[in-house]
Order: sequence, then C-alpha cells, then structure tokens
Amino acid sequence: MISHVRTIWLTFLHLFTKKVTIEYPEEKVKLHPRWRGRIVLTKDPDGGERCVGCYLCAAACPVDCIALQATEDENGRRYPEFFRINFSRCIFCGFCEEACPTYAIQLIPDFEMGEYNRQNLVFEKEDLLINSEGKYPGYNFYKVAGINAGVKGKGEGEQEEAPVDIHSLLP
Amino acid sequence: MPTIYIDNKPYEVKAGKNLLEACLAQGVDIPYFCWHPSLGSVGACRQCAVKLFKDENDTQGRLVMSCLEGVRDGLRLSVNDKMAKAFREQIIEWLMTNHPHDCPVCDEGGSCHLQDMTVMTGHDYRHYDFKKRTYRNQYLGPLIHHEMNRCIQCYRCVRYYKDYAGGEDLNVFAANNKVYFGREKDGVLESPFSGNLAEVCPTGVFTDKTLKEHYTRKWDLTMAPSVCQHCSVGCNTIAGERYGELRVILNRYNGEVNGYFLCDRGRFGYEFVNDENRVKQPVIRNRTSEAVTEPELTTYLQTAMYNSKLIGIGSPRAAVETNFALQQLVGPGNFYKGISEDEAYLTNKVVRILETGTVHSASLKDIEQSDAVLILGEDIWNTAPMMALAVRQSVKKTAYSHAAEQSKLPIWHDAAIQEFVQEEKGFLANITVAGSPLDGIAAYTAYGAPDNLARLGFAIAHELNTSLPVVSNVDDDLINKAKSIAAVLLKAKKPVIVSGISCYSEGVIEAAFNIAASLNTAERKAAICYALPACNSMGLGMMNAPSFDHAVTRLQREQDMTVVIVENDLYRDISSSVLDTFFSKAANIIVLDSLHNRTTEKANVLIPAATFAEGDGTMVNYEGRAQRFFQVFMPANPFIRESWKWLKEMNLYKTQGSNGHNQPPEELLEKLESTSHQFEGISKVTPPHDFTIHGERIPREPHRYSGRTAMLANLNVSEPKPMQDNDSPLSFTMEGFKGIQPSIAIPFFWSPGWNSVQSVTKYQEEPGGHLRGGDPGVKLFHDRQGSEPSFFKGMPESFAERPEKWLVLPQYHVLGSGELSIYTKALEELTPSPSVSLSQQDANRLNVQNGDMLQVNADAKKYLLAVTINKNLCNGVVLVSAGLGEVEGMSWGSWVKVSRCE
Ligand code: SF4
Ligand code: SF4
Ligand code: SF4
Ligand code: SF4
Ligand code: FES
Repeated sequence: MISHVRTIWLTFLHLFTKKVTIEYPEEKVKLHPRWRGRIVLTKDPDGGERCVGCYLCAAACPVDCIALQATEDENGRRYPEFFRINFSRCIFCGFCEEACPTYAIQLIPDFEMGEYNRQNLVFEKEDLLINSEGKYPGYNFYKVAGINAGVKGKGEGEQEEAPVDIHSLLP
Repeated sequence: MPTIYIDNKPYEVKAGKNLLEACLAQGVDIPYFCWHPSLGSVGACRQCAVKLFKDENDTQGRLVMSCLEGVRDGLRLSVNDKMAKAFREQIIEWLMTNHPHDCPVCDEGGSCHLQDMTVMTGHDYRHYDFKKRTYRNQYLGPLIHHEMNRCIQCYRCVRYYKDYAGGEDLNVFAANNKVYFGREKDGVLESPFSGNLAEVCPTGVFTDKTLKEHYTRKWDLTMAPSVCQHCSVGCNTIAGERYGELRVILNRYNGEVNGYFLCDRGRFGYEFVNDENRVKQPVIRNRTSEAVTEPELTTYLQTAMYNSKLIGIGSPRAAVETNFALQQLVGPGNFYKGISEDEAYLTNKVVRILETGTVHSASLKDIEQSDAVLILGEDIWNTAPMMALAVRQSVKKTAYSHAAEQSKLPIWHDAAIQEFVQEEKGFLANITVAGSPLDGIAAYTAYGAPDNLARLGFAIAHELNTSLPVVSNVDDDLINKAKSIAAVLLKAKKPVIVSGISCYSEGVIEAAFNIAASLNTAERKAAICYALPACNSMGLGMMNAPSFDHAVTRLQREQDMTVVIVENDLYRDISSSVLDTFFSKAANIIVLDSLHNRTTEKANVLIPAATFAEGDGTMVNYEGRAQRFFQVFMPANPFIRESWKWLKEMNLYKTQGSNGHNQPPEELLEKLESTSHQFEGISKVTPPHDFTIHGERIPREPHRYSGRTAMLANLNVSEPKPMQDNDSPLSFTMEGFKGIQPSIAIPFFWSPGWNSVQSVTKYQEEPGGHLRGGDPGVKLFHDRQGSEPSFFKGMPESFAERPEKWLVLPQYHVLGSGELSIYTKALEELTPSPSVSLSQQDANRLNVQNGDMLQVNADAKKYLLAVTINKNLCNGVVLVSAGLGEVEGMSWGSWVKVSRCE
C-alpha cells in the first residue's frame, strides 16, 4: 500500500521536472559531432575525392556491407569506380571510419534513413559523396603520399627531398 | 642430422642449410628480406639477426645474420634475445625512414612482405623527423609498374632478374644512400620472366600492371588452384577472381614443376577470360533468330545427337575430361585428335618413348638439378619458357656445386660462391635450328637444318654407345663435335636431354632418345624431355586416336556426317584450303569453344564453353604429369559450362539415357582409367568432390574477404545463396577449413602473420623444398629401371638444299605465339610482327634485306612477310612466325616457294 502511494507521489513530482522528450520530428535532436550515423564520402581541401580505393574500410566492416572497385585517372590518381554501402546491413560501428587512412569515409550525425523499401537502403557513390571535408578539414592524402598522382610531383611534398640524381656518385 | 638449440630448445635440422632456413623450416619465424630460397643469401638487409652463443655457459653471445650462418651440430642461438629483437626492430625502422606513406595506394598492400615483417618486429613509431628521399620512376613496359620510392634496397630484384633469369637490362645504379633499381633508361623490360619481379620484390616497387587495371586486394579475391594454359610445361598457378572477372594469375609453388616462378606468357596471358570476344550465347545458324534459348538448344541437340552419324575433333588445349567426353560421345572409332598428321605422328613418337620408361621423364626440377644439359632441336626459350629458365639454373648450379666442393663454401652463400665461380658455367650444349637466347650460357652451340641436327645427335649417340649405327657420309667436323659433347656427357651424373617436336623431325626425337638411353646406366641417371606445342598436347597424344587428316579422308568417303569440334581453332594448325573443303563436306558442324575464331565461324551450332577459370579439368604436361585445375568462379552466364559437361549431356541425348546428369569430373577420369590403361592413376589427381577436412570444405576466399553483403546489393538487396560447387572440394565462401590446405588443393597461400606470397614457406617441408604432403600432380609415365632400351637405327640423310624451294619451319615467340595469351592487351603490344627468317646467303640470293617483304607460298596460300636475316640459319631453310597475325597453320617441315615481292 505504502509503495503504491509512494509511486503515485513520485510520478506526480515528475510533472515539475525538465522534459527530456522532444516533439520529434517537428523538433530535431541535437547530436554530438562524433555521433555515428549515416556514412558519407568526403572531399579533400582541393575538392578532389578523398577516397583512394584502398579497400580498408571494406575489409574492416564486420558485416561486409561495403563494396567498391578502385580505378585510376590518367594521372594515376586512384579513386573508386563504384562505391556501395548496403545500409540495410550496416551496424554503424564506425570501423570503416577508423580504418580509413584518408579521412574519406565518415559517419555523421544523421540517422534519418528510414525507408519502406529495403532496396532503397543501398547507397551508391553518388549518394554517399558530399561536397565537404566533413569532420577532418585540411587533409589531402595525395600531398603526403609517395606517389605522383597529379597532385604533387616527386619530391614536392612537405617531407620530401628532391628526387635523387642517379647519375651522381657523390654522397 | 645436426641438433641446434633455438632459445634453449633442441631441434633436429637438416645439415648444409643456413640458420634462417633451418629456423623457418622448424616454424620459428625470423624476419628477413634479401634471402630467398631460390636466390640464396647475400646478407644485404641485416634483418635476420639472431644471437649466437659459443656454448651453454656463454651469456653474452654475439649478433649474427642467420642467413649467413651455417647449421652446425650443437649450435646455440636465440631468436627472442632482447638485443636481437631490438636490433631487428631498429633495422626495420631504418629501412622505413624513407619509406613513403603509400600502403593505401600500393598494390602490394595486404600481401606485402614489408608490412608483415614490420608487424613481426613490432616497429610502430617513426622517430626520424627529417625529409624522405625520393626517386623518379621509370616506364618498364606494359607488364610491370615501377614505384621506386618504396624500395628497401634488398637487392632481390637484380639478383633475380640478372643472376637467376639472365636478364641484362635491369640493374642497380648510383651509390650509397641513393641506390636505384631500374633500367639504364625508360623502356620495356626485355626478359620474358620479368613478371616474377612482382612476387620477388618484397615491397611494392615492382607490381603487376595488368592487375592495376582492375585492382583487387589479395583478401578480396576468390581464388583456386589452377594450371597455366599457355604451353606444355603446365606451371601451377593461382587464379583470382572478383566481380565476375578474372583479375590476376599468381605463382602456385610446385617443387617439381615451376617452383617460385612463371613466365610472362603464363602470368599475364589470362585476360582472354574477360574478353569481349567470348562466346556467350548458344547459336544455331541459318535460322531467323540464331541465338537460342536452353530448351531450343536441348530440343535441337536431342534430335541431332540421336539421328546423326557423329565424328569428334578433339583438341590439345582442351582438358583430358573434355577430350574423353567427346570420345565417349562419338565413339572411339569416330574420334580424331584435332592436330595435323605430322604433329600427331611426332607426339605419338614422344608418347611411345616416354611410355617405355627406359629413360626417366624429366621434371623441371630434374632439369634444374642436372649437371649437363643437351638441347637437341628445340627452341625451348620460345616454346616452353620455364624449361629454359630451368636449364639456366642447371648451368648455374653445376658451377655452384663445383665451387662449393672446391672452396668448402656452403652453396646458399650466394655472393661468396658467385665470386668464386666467376665465369665458370655448367655444361649446356644448345643444338638448335637457328639459335636461342640460351646460346649465351651454352658451352657449346650448333645450328643446322633438322636433319643435320638429328645426324649430330646420332653421332653423339654413337660416341656414347658404339653398338649404335655410325652416321654415314660424315665429315670430320661432325665427328669432332659429337666426340667433344659425348665426352662431357659421359662425365655427368645426372644428364638431361631436352628436345621437342617443333622442328618437325622424327630423327631429332629419335636421336635425343638414343643419347639419353645410352647415357642411362646404373651409376648415371639420365633423363629426357620433349617440349610439345600446347598445354594438353600430351594428354591428347596419349589417347588412341587418329589425327585430323584421317577425319578429312573420312568425310571424303562418307556423307551426312555431323562434326563435333571442341575448343580447337583448327585454322591455327591446318591449312585453310584443307579446312574449307572439310567444312563444306560436313552435313552439320557443332563447335564448342570459349572464344570466337575462324573455326567457330564455320559452326552451324555454336555452344559457349568455359575457360579454365570457369571450369574444372585436368591437363597432362610434357613430362606426363596430370594436373588438375579447379574452377575459380561460377560465371553469371548460365550457358558457360565446361565442354565436358555439355558433351556428357549430349551423350545422354544420344543414348536417351536419363541417369548420369551432374556427375563430378572424377567419375570421367575413373572411366578413362578403366578404358585406357595408359591413364592409370589419373583419377588421383584430385581429391573427390565430397572431400572435407573435419567436415569442412576448403574455402576459395580468404577469411577477410569483403563486401559480401554489398557486392550484389545493386541488383537485389537480399543476398543470394552462396554458390554450390558439386565438382570439387572447394567452396565459394570464406567459411570452412582454416589452416594449411592439402597440397593438392591450395587456393591461396596464407598463414597467420604471413599475408604475402612468402607464406609459402609454411606449406613446404623446408624452404624451397617439396610441398608438405607431396607436390601435386600424378605422373603417368613410370620409370622401368633396367629395361632394355630399343634404340632407333635409321637416320636421315644430311640436309640438301633444293633449287627455288625452302624448307619451312615454325618460329615461335614467347610472347605472341600463344593462341589465348594474345588476348591480353599488354602481351599483344609486345608481340613482334610476323616475319620470315632466312640465312644471309639466301637473302643475297633473293636480293632482299632486313625489313624487305618476301612472298611465301605455302599450302596454296600467299603470305607477305617482312624479312629477318638470321646469321645462324643455314641455307635452304626459312622460319616463319607461327601463330602471329595472319599466319595460319602450314605444313611445317614441307618445301615452299619463297620469292621477292616486286
Ligand atoms: S578506407 Fe577510405 S580511402 Fe580506403 S576505400 Fe574506404 S573510404 Fe576509400
Ligand atoms: S610496399 Fe608494403 S609497406 Fe610499402 S607502401 Fe606498399 S604495402 Fe605499404
Ligand atoms: S626494388 Fe624491391 S627487390 Fe629491388 S631492392 Fe628494392 S625492395 Fe628489393
Ligand atoms: S606459358 Fe608455359 S612456361 Fe610459361 S607459365 Fe605457362 S606453362 Fe609455364
Ligand atoms: S635475410 Fe639475412 S641479411 Fe637479409
């Protein structure tokens, strides 16, 4: 009996505490920037696609829902020919983002992906690619890589010496 | 067997090895770079340091390079010693100071020895704050990509390319911290073995350029054990698929056959599988709609098989199963070999010789280990490339073992031995029609028309065995040559005689046998081998069936015949005049093939056949080793099936039987064994289709295969059921047996911590030795020691020129003469244009020079070909590029007219 009265009393008191529920969807939730939601592919500061088609995200994905094919442009810059995420399988674990060496793939604070038709949850590169650097501005992999992909020549990187003159025997 | 103590634990190891090999053989991992089982040790990378102790009381010890330290009984070493570990970690760190930040875009990634070794040593943080050294890359041709920044200066590439494969255009340049591995200037790598650089280089400096076109990481490939389709050597390969396309061919180690290497034709010649020119749809011609559906085809074939008189034309590039299924379908009396009478006759000769077992049929390993090689009449560099590489190793190793005996240096001590050897070489007598690149390492070369080569062979045989007939009408020169060669051969312990059928001379084949059989004694184990034209020439040759010429006469005799041709472009081997009449006489022509070609054009019914990548089958290589290749992937196109499957279905239509659908391929082999005793044992070439290990099948996909739930999601978001393989113990998934697969079915080499090809060590009894469980393949020819050889007594007269006529022989090209490999764009680019070679004198006589056009009239056809003057060629003989461009099958070994084009 006492317990019942106590419960009613506590419930009554809650009328006067601050509300945590919100009027979703009219009112949107505030999410942390590191919240792991919908996956995007970002671009580097120079507007090029960041993804270099290394397949590491696909390998890291525990549900194997990322498939891509790497290809190269005429300068030898590698990028994905297609990039597909099956969001009906994705568990938003963020492993792909952690595996990505180029900050290309990022999970963003957006979870509003409900679909009536499961097939619509298959996202292709056009659906994934955004025109932004996302959470990690400033990084361009091809500026620090050793290859010449049309972004910088051999020895032009910040941490690089000019190419070796192989005809010289001087130390 | 000496006992060594590794970290105080005793291990029995093989004497004569170095510590690194010994430890790896015991499963003790030591990181290394510059050492390679086929290249020996040079101590260039300093990565393999271990600590060595004087005795059990020695606590100090000293650091040594394990690859440079021989095994001794009672030797004590520590791999886990703190100082040794720190040293190895430091070495990697130094190697990494200039290493680029490239793994994501590096084709080596995921199968990179440098990655593996870095993880093994535990190095993870770069302390070096200064700038990185950079290099410019070179263009090395369409096969190999160069990315020099990734080099760790281990010297493996040049040691392989120059020392092992004999290439002259790759070297090390500059000095100290700037050494550069490449060519003197940009240009195509000349060696036809350059593809191995991609596997030998432990980093991503040299990578497969054809793979780059459709790059896939090792972990994403669906792989299966396969066998190269491009010559009679039958090198073992791993073929990898992704997204329904064949992506790469890698070496599959086989201690008896190809070891660690492949030739470029084999490694890069895979793209025909993905070609646009594939036959994709069954076609019945002369109908309003030619492309037919499965039921339409079935109805057609049911009547066609039941009502018609059938003859079958087999193929030297079709699997044993396919040829046998065709023979079963048409009946033994109606099956023809699909090769010309000459080729069939010569192949048959070779089969008869090897079947007797009087002389051991040499594997590539036997050739490598022989101490004297005689090549008689075959340009193996171009017809059986890996055989040429094996001969080169024999020449090298013989000199090495001499040096090792004299100097007491261990044979693996590559740098020291090389220094000792200097220019000394083992014995190779290269006797060919017009020379080959092997001449450079031959102690003895001779050129001549096939008949003269045969006579030289018979003269040698006579020197070895005086009861054999003397060569008539000889000059002293020939006798002296024969004497000097015979003298060396007699000193050898394991001589090998290499020959082949490409100079279309019976005498050459016989002489080679006479020499080998004369050399074969209780103390001296001689061996013999003959290179043949195609991957399954031997398997076809071993079948009891007449040649194609008999099929031609049969059609002239009999009307209303239905001809079934399987996987054979007859125009490559038979002249078009013969073929055109043949086809006009046939009432109905049914062709099964994988690519459109001139023969498929003649077909009334064309049925798509699987290539090696889409089907299972067995090939018999030149030494009589039956080898199984496994289906790599199931084609999306349901019409693409193995020819033997189609033929078996057709057989059911014919007999109106209803049992026997979907039988696994081994049942065909069992049936073959029971009908033809020469194939005895062939069904052991594969584990049965229901073979499992602890109830698990062997997965074709590595455990980190990615994208399973997305790769087909664009078509349907619900994943399809994994495909079922009812023909082999391999599965199309990543689940199943994890561990060292049985040697007979290794889809890929992988072992924990060893992602790169170097993991093959874990599959071997010892590094560079046999695979655990035995090297795969079943030898169909058995040695019968002590059986009396039946020598050949007849021999040809010496070659005489004819006025206005030339003896025409084929000139093969290692990259170019392959029927299927030529579909690879990169190889097409490297293919020479067809030409006709003739001697300087003949050129003068015809008043032509290099590059001029000559007209060759062969088999009622005219060819216009550019002249190449070959100074080794004798007068009266011309060589015509075989299988290149417009050049069709010719009656090789016949006399043709050659004239200057006005
Ligand atoms: S890990 Fe990053 S760079 Fe690599 S394929 Fe995935 S998104 Fe592209
Ligand atoms: S060679 Fe190996 S470690 Fe170096 S970039 Fe390539 S994958 Fe990475
Ligand atoms: S290119 Fe490769 S094989 Fe050659 S030295 Fe460099 S790392 Fe070694
Ligand atoms: S073409 Fe011949 S030698 Fe070359 S890899 Fe294939 S089987 Fe071996
Ligand atoms: S492997 Fe021993 S020094 Fe390179």
